[in-house]
Amino acid sequence: MSAYKVTQEEVLAVSGVDPKKCMRCGKCSATCPAYDEMEYHPHEFVAMVEKGEIEKLAQSKSLYLCMTCMACIQRCPRQVEPAKLVEAVRAAVIRGKGATHLKPDALPDMLDPDLPQQAIVSAMRKYTR
Amino acid sequence: MLGESERRPMSTIYSYFPGCTLKNKARELDAQARGCARLLGIELEEIPEWQCCGGVYPLTTDEIAFRLSSVRALAEAARRGQKLVTVCSACHNVIKQVDHDMKAGAAIAEKANNYLAAEGVAYHGETQVIHYLELLRDEVGFDELKRRVVKPLAGQKVGAYYGCLLLRPSHVMAMDSAENPTIIENLLATLGADPVVYAQRNECCGGYLTLEDKSVPAKRARAILENARAQGAQTVVTACPLCFYNLKKQEEGTGVQVKYFTELLAEALGLDAKEGE
Repeated sequence: MSAYKVTQEEVLAVSGVDPKKCMRCGKCSATCPAYDEMEYHPHEFVAMVEKGEIEKLAQSKSLYLCMTCMACIQRCPRQVEPAKLVEAVRAAVIRGKGATHLKPDALPDMLDPDLPQQAIVSAMRKYTR
Repeated sequence: MLGESERRPMSTIYSYFPGCTLKNKARELDAQARGCARLLGIELEEIPEWQCCGGVYPLTTDEIAFRLSSVRALAEAARRGQKLVTVCSACHNVIKQVDHDMKAGAAIAEKANNYLAAEGVAYHGETQVIHYLELLRDEVGFDELKRRVVKPLAGQKVGAYYGCLLLRPSHVMAMDSAENPTIIENLLATLGADPVVYAQRNECCGGYLTLEDKSVPAKRARAILENARAQGAQTVVTACPLCFYNLKKQEEGTGVQVKYFTELLAEALGLDAKEGE
């Protein structure tokens, strides 16, 4: 974890999301395939960004569990698009010096003969800078 | 960017973006797609020196470099005056969403074009991006495709697995309904199979989490296959190499076989297995 502090202003600007549009229906979390594994769920991301509780999100492993399946983006009745907040916080964190989530050196041990290239490039896009 | 008069007319020639995985772990998907296109009188011209799409669309508004490989492919198809065909769901999702950015996201389009100006590229959303499934439905037409079937898949109960990337977000992908899609079921029916509809067909397989943590994709993939089986499917088809991988890992004991949709297409069209290689 780098010393870089992620701000609410940065998250809002980079995501393009307006959390104030949220009407707290919880549909994003209801549809999230990573719900069981997440510490903070998609609806909590929206509420916490709105309240400025960015640091807790920045420290959470939930950042690396979003699959970018876009279910919450598709199904949000208010077009809040919670996954864009997860992405913006994650991007802000891993852009910090030395804060990359996945080190290229760790890759060889993660591979198996059938693993498609798509899995590797996607994870590298999501977890590294 | 060429002017209108310099472009070649629309024909049965399409620009084709295979993507990284179709050149490697999913070679059969590429070979079957090309082979079947050939049988249907369609020429897929691979874009020269295409670059990997990155596998996932950047949901951040300020990642410009991540979008450039898609813009280069889109601009090349525009220069040729051809529609751009994809087969891999991930390539399709990324390129289609970037194309939308170039049309709708003024700031992103300006920055991307600034980057690419030195390469002589200027792109403003001229290209129509279509998935191979749309090529079959909208360009060939399922009625015509049905006439080309030499070996109907009679009696095969097949579930379509859409996953996330073909359908969402639907206002951009514009292929089908995000919640009640029909394109793959209609293709399967065209090929003579019995399509099986099941609830998990448009839920996520776990995607790239599989690189770091196999447990989530294992749980997701098993739920998908068990749901398909419970609804009577013997086979599940996908267009996505990563879905294929995640589902295949859980195939054992479910009674469901996982295949690429092109394998069934090739079978129905009588594509010689060796011809596609």
